[in-house]
Amino acid sequence: MAKLFVLAEHRQGQLRDITFEMLTKGREIAEKTGTELTAVILGSNVKEHAKALAEYAQAVILVEDPRLENFNSEAYKKVLQALIAAHKPLLIMMGHTSYGVELAPRLAAALSIPLATDLIDLAFEADQLTATRQMYGGKVNVKTVVRKAETYIATIRTATFTPQKPSPPANGQILETPSPLTEDIAEKRFLQYVLPPPGGVDITAAEKLVGVGRGIKDQANMPLMEELAKTLGAVLACSRPIVDKGWLPTDRQVGSSGKTVKPKLYLALGISGAFQHVLGMKSSDLIIAVNKDPKAPIFSFADYAVVEDLFKIVLPLKNKVNEAKAQKT
Amino acid sequence: MDIIVCVKHVPDTAEAELKIDASGKAVDKAGLVYDINEWDDYALEEAVRIKEKQGGTVTAITIGSEDSDSTLRKCLARGADKAIRLTDPKFAGSDSYATAKILHSVIKTMHYDLILAGLQAGDDGATAVGPILAEMLGIPHATMVKKLELATGTAKVNRELEGGLEEQIEVKLPALLAVSTGINEPRYVSIMGIRKAMQKEIKIMTLADTGLTEAEVGEQGSWTRIEKLYVPPAEKQAEPVTGTPDEIAAKIVDLLRSRGLI
Repeated sequence: MAKLFVLAEHRQGQLRDITFEMLTKGREIAEKTGTELTAVILGSNVKEHAKALAEYAQAVILVEDPRLENFNSEAYKKVLQALIAAHKPLLIMMGHTSYGVELAPRLAAALSIPLATDLIDLAFEADQLTATRQMYGGKVNVKTVVRKAETYIATIRTATFTPQKPSPPANGQILETPSPLTEDIAEKRFLQYVLPPPGGVDITAAEKLVGVGRGIKDQANMPLMEELAKTLGAVLACSRPIVDKGWLPTDRQVGSSGKTVKPKLYLALGISGAFQHVLGMKSSDLIIAVNKDPKAPIFSFADYAVVEDLFKIVLPLKNKVNEAKAQKT
Repeated sequence: MDIIVCVKHVPDTAEAELKIDASGKAVDKAGLVYDINEWDDYALEEAVRIKEKQGGTVTAITIGSEDSDSTLRKCLARGADKAIRLTDPKFAGSDSYATAKILHSVIKTMHYDLILAGLQAGDDGATAVGPILAEMLGIPHATMVKKLELATGTAKVNRELEGGLEEQIEVKLPALLAVSTGINEPRYVSIMGIRKAMQKEIKIMTLADTGLTEAEVGEQGSWTRIEKLYVPPAEKQAEPVTGTPDEIAAKIVDLLRSRGLI
């Protein structure tokens, strides 16, 4: 039976969520295409992970090698080249993550296997892979057709598919496979993990957050945002561009490369709602978004939508909040 | 150190309202303002900073129509020494793979110690050209680069992982590095600076100069082909809050009060 590979992602002893998200979507595709859902795990001392994967997959290919202890795209590439040659899988799924982004295009080019990246959906239609992704920071979805091939590589966006353990567990067979690596990777070496510097403010602990984005326009407008947050008893947070510009420190960043927050109120000002940001705040209890673009993706995740220039709203809002607080006392 | 920077001229859509055009396969570009791709802006800045420190040259290279010259002029004004524009109607419809092939055909004939690119483009955002190009050139690469330190023959690189964690890796030079936003602070270029850069030459190359065949580029030479564009379905139906700014503010306050948030 042809195989469908899902590359397990793990770091510092933990299997990452994307692995189970892909195994869940992979199961659906495997059933439709009559392929065997096969988890592939590369690492060092990862037998426990292999057991966890066996609950989801019909087979688990386990390759252990001290050279695979930490992720290295070149080492992974070499091992996967050997596994692909041996098994000729129909599809290889990996996360569109810091690891998948580093590995997938390079592997695809090395083997001349068609690649589709950052997918939010994929299916085989009449023997051909169709892949759906987003463009323009999530403002548009695009359905693409992938060139016909024996094997495809796809990177899958995180938090797109909800992981579901099969019941009963798949109880897949674990296939221990010798590592094809014969020497260290000289051109690319892992040195160490670098933790973010401890910040002064923990936005994950805040009950109320005012999140500001690119729509703030100018650093000169930051004090006004700070004042509004203060009036609301909220902490100021932001999307990535604000940190990139140095207007707020890294510990205020919400999103996939920052923090995941779940406050009682998330007031989004001038945030368009790129996926990377939304991932970090969409579980907030109440989301109010202010953006002048009526089609801003943020509105697809908000409870309340204010389609207006944020600068027309901030001052009146601050004043009304102050009035309300005065009435109360 | 000779550095090549791959750049792209893209529409700035962060705050624009997009419409899908009549073909259903592209966005209506009318009224959109184009500029250097945001990620590439950081890549170019990083290249110029290295040049200022250690000498050498910076060459900006792009694939695009004549309109892309404004992005190349910006690169020249910022400190790039040379600019190359790869232009051919046959290049239209190229995905990451075809794009990498086109860039490869020219870069393989050039001398370089380092290639810098943006991690992704703000329009299609496939995040794939850099590593594909590196594989074709047979040089190591790193993506999501947040910090870069050069030593003799190697680069120490911090890659952004998820949740604020980074990994430090070392790659041998020459290498291709795809940088994240925020790696530096791109400098401001005055209109005067851009005017000065008008005198610098932009080298133009076409399909014939690349040695590639028509079948290797554009849609034919791509792994993926766009079938259709559509507006993403909403996950939630947000309730509109409308009125004058004062009315909107009052409604928000009522909402917060009703939830005990004020």
